[in-house]
Amino acid sequence: MNLNQLTISEAKEGLKEKKFSSVELTKACLLQIEKHNKELNAFLTICKDKALAAAKKADEKLKNGDTSPLLGIPFSMKDVYSTKNVRTTAGSKVLDNYIPPYNATVYQKLVNAGAILLGKTNCDAWGHGGSTENSDFGVTKNPWNKDYVAGGSSGGSTAALASDMTIFEIGEDTGGSIRLPASFCSTVGLKVTYGRVSRYGAIAYASSLDTMGPITKSVEDAAYLLEIIAGGDEKDATSSPRNVPLYTKHLTNNIRGLRIGLPKEFFGKGLDIEVKQTIDEAIKTLTSQGAEIVDASIPSVEYGIATYYIIAPSETSSNLARYDGIRYGNKRSSFGDEAKRRIMIGTYALSAGYYDAYYKKAMQVRTMIKNDFTKAFEKCDVILSPVSPTPPFKIGEKTDDPLQMYLVDIYTVLINLAGVPSLALPCGFSKNNLPIGMQLIGPQFSEDKILNAGYQFEQATKWHKQKPNL
Amino acid sequence: MKYTPVIGLEIHVELKTKSKMFCGCSADYFGQKPNTHTCPVCLGLPGALPVPNQQAIDWCVMIGMALNCEIPLFSKFDRKNYFYPDLAKGYQISQYDQPFCLKGSIKLSNGKTIGITRVHMEEDTAKLMHEGKDSLVDFNRSGVPLVEIVTEPDFDNAADVKEYLQKLQQIVRYLNVANADMEKGDMRLEPNISLRKEDEKYLPKYKVEVKNINSFRFVEKTIEYEITRQTEILDSGKLPAQETRGWDEKKQITYSQRTKEEANEYRYFPEPDIPPLRWNKSSIRQLAKQMPELPDAKLKRFQKEYDLPIYDAEILTREKSMADYFEECVKVSTLQPKSIANYIINKKINIEEVLPAMLVKQIIQSTQTATVDDESLGKIIDEVISENQKAVEDFKNGKETVIMFLVGQVMKKSKQKLDANIVKTLLIKKLNSYG
Repeated sequence: MNLNQLTISEAKEGLKEKKFSSVELTKACLLQIEKHNKELNAFLTICKDKALAAAKKADEKLKNGDTSPLLGIPFSMKDVYSTKNVRTTAGSKVLDNYIPPYNATVYQKLVNAGAILLGKTNCDAWGHGGSTENSDFGVTKNPWNKDYVAGGSSGGSTAALASDMTIFEIGEDTGGSIRLPASFCSTVGLKVTYGRVSRYGAIAYASSLDTMGPITKSVEDAAYLLEIIAGGDEKDATSSPRNVPLYTKHLTNNIRGLRIGLPKEFFGKGLDIEVKQTIDEAIKTLTSQGAEIVDASIPSVEYGIATYYIIAPSETSSNLARYDGIRYGNKRSSFGDEAKRRIMIGTYALSAGYYDAYYKKAMQVRTMIKNDFTKAFEKCDVILSPVSPTPPFKIGEKTDDPLQMYLVDIYTVLINLAGVPSLALPCGFSKNNLPIGMQLIGPQFSEDKILNAGYQFEQATKWHKQKPNL
Repeated sequence: MKYTPVIGLEIHVELKTKSKMFCGCSADYFGQKPNTHTCPVCLGLPGALPVPNQQAIDWCVMIGMALNCEIPLFSKFDRKNYFYPDLAKGYQISQYDQPFCLKGSIKLSNGKTIGITRVHMEEDTAKLMHEGKDSLVDFNRSGVPLVEIVTEPDFDNAADVKEYLQKLQQIVRYLNVANADMEKGDMRLEPNISLRKEDEKYLPKYKVEVKNINSFRFVEKTIEYEITRQTEILDSGKLPAQETRGWDEKKQITYSQRTKEEANEYRYFPEPDIPPLRWNKSSIRQLAKQMPELPDAKLKRFQKEYDLPIYDAEILTREKSMADYFEECVKVSTLQPKSIANYIINKKINIEEVLPAMLVKQIIQSTQTATVDDESLGKIIDEVISENQKAVEDFKNGKETVIMFLVGQVMKKSKQKLDANIVKTLLIKKLNSYG
């Protein structure tokens, strides 16, 4: 096994037992990036020299007995996190030359924990999209089949991880942007409870929906990272001061008696038969581990996309106003088509005379969706659903029809609207050998529960151990 | 045609909190080197988030309470979206439909009540400077806490407006939450002026807003100028344009800046970066307890407690520091409050320099008088009378003010500090007895 293929826990152990150095580990990742990035287009910025210098320092610290939780472990981040002195574009040409003077809280926490930034990964510009085809720097290809999209918007993140260019990734999920690409690339991706992880320094797409979470090679890694990045932040008024549990401690609990809800609305028309069969298999695995299946209902599913595509563009139209052509060096005409589309939709929805019919109504529906989840969780502990109605689609397949593209998010946006956590994890492959994922959704701040269930499933199936043939 | 002015005011007051509204930068920007009080938040850098300043919110609510407003238990911030180079984020964080304070009022000295529509919290913008062809932005002011106070269109003359502004300035200074210094731009006034026919009740169909007014004196002039200007337009059978005008200090006129559309398109929506604020009654009561005695209450108390005429009480309570000084003097002495008031007012005491105890000493010294027996005093008076026949003549002809001149002459002659009242009484007695 190559060093770059390791999970965090494996890399940590190897470093601790001096099987290899941080420099060797970092070099292995950089080599893999060098080999495959040109084709996959997963990284937008690679910090080779900085990473190697940091690795050297980490090795010294390791020698001196420093036990920082991520010391010497290389990683990469979706290019929406403000990283001091490292170019940060949000996937948009508008910020082509932007080098931030400050660090996002999540990045700062990782640096404090000793992690080493390899570079920044590609995404749909501003997080607008589900395939990275809206990146102003070109599409990211799926490592499992390069004719297919990696999903989005954090597609660069999952492609980098699935192709073992990095040990772990930090993504960002507004309407499915972590979970969808995780399922398309067969990685683990955690969308946290809104407020669980600080948003400070993450370039805003839609402020009331944006969440920051890990993308990893195993559920254990996700739990481990969450312990490090979660928690209240005095720089983010929407972050929760609630205690951060030791998520890794709960993983090995057995799931006997866990009530898993299957909302009928998530398994209806439009769900690909292969996806459905794969999910059915997953359900069998979980029941064989002692979980109980119960009926559930989220009646507002049908309003999810409409609600999301009012609220998110409204907020984004305001969030993108600061790129007014005066600062950052690029004109507003450098915005891509999808960004322009969402700015226009949002501007329209917020305008006098339309506000009540669109934005206000959407916020009312949002409350309804929240209530649906609260009600559903009275009868079950977690909800299981597909992440995407179909396996990955081909590059260019949906680019002519924005509405078809929006429908990719049909099972994911609701979770952001409700503000609850959801863990996406691999659960099989289509007959074309394309990844299929499922999501385990829990009530607010129940990350420990869904990580536990996900870990148990992962131990029984080992789908996460499968590697694409690059 | 006779018209009645319909005037409402929008006032912006910058709070003097240590830090800015949504970040930790110093809010004290006046005279500082440009762009030295900045951070990712007030520069509006990608990813930065606002965290509200609780002190500023508390002070905004205090201003509201001082203006007799209702304090709703639920409030929130909203985004006001518009483009301007001085606006770092492309929107201003303000409050739209649920401000901190609603429905207040303030009473003028003539008994008229002015309704306060609302008092809300927002952030100041950066400052633009134009140098030749270049426009420069100084972000030191960006994000400084700003309170907006909006009145009902209850004014019908410039004098009332001026009094209201003085009162408001006095209140925020009493609360010690703002310097409200017009020249420094701590306090900014925007009157809305229109005219309606005297016999009509409803509001006029147009509104003229005037900006760039940097003194109370100019606000009076602006209003008077607008009344004349709008009267002429209305008399000619036209309707003045709905617009924003600026005050030209040099020419002493207003000029058109921009014509407003019917409704501004600010695309307000709730600020998603800041959770809504919920008060409970006890925390509002707690804030009310922290408030100092306000000018009106102090004025009344001074008249009653110290037996002062309204004239004295008004001067002494104009500034809180003066009022406190007076009360301290009263506390440390056995003198009559009125004589302390007289001394402070007549001698224009610099309260920064003279400590209260020192002042009391001064007053006592100044009123200490020598005692002279009636006989020798009578002699001096006789001399003064004979030496000042012209003045005596004047007095007899009813010019009573000359008495003080004669008192002065007696004092001078005696080379002693005498009790002026005793001298005066004796003098009058003698003058009258001379027939």
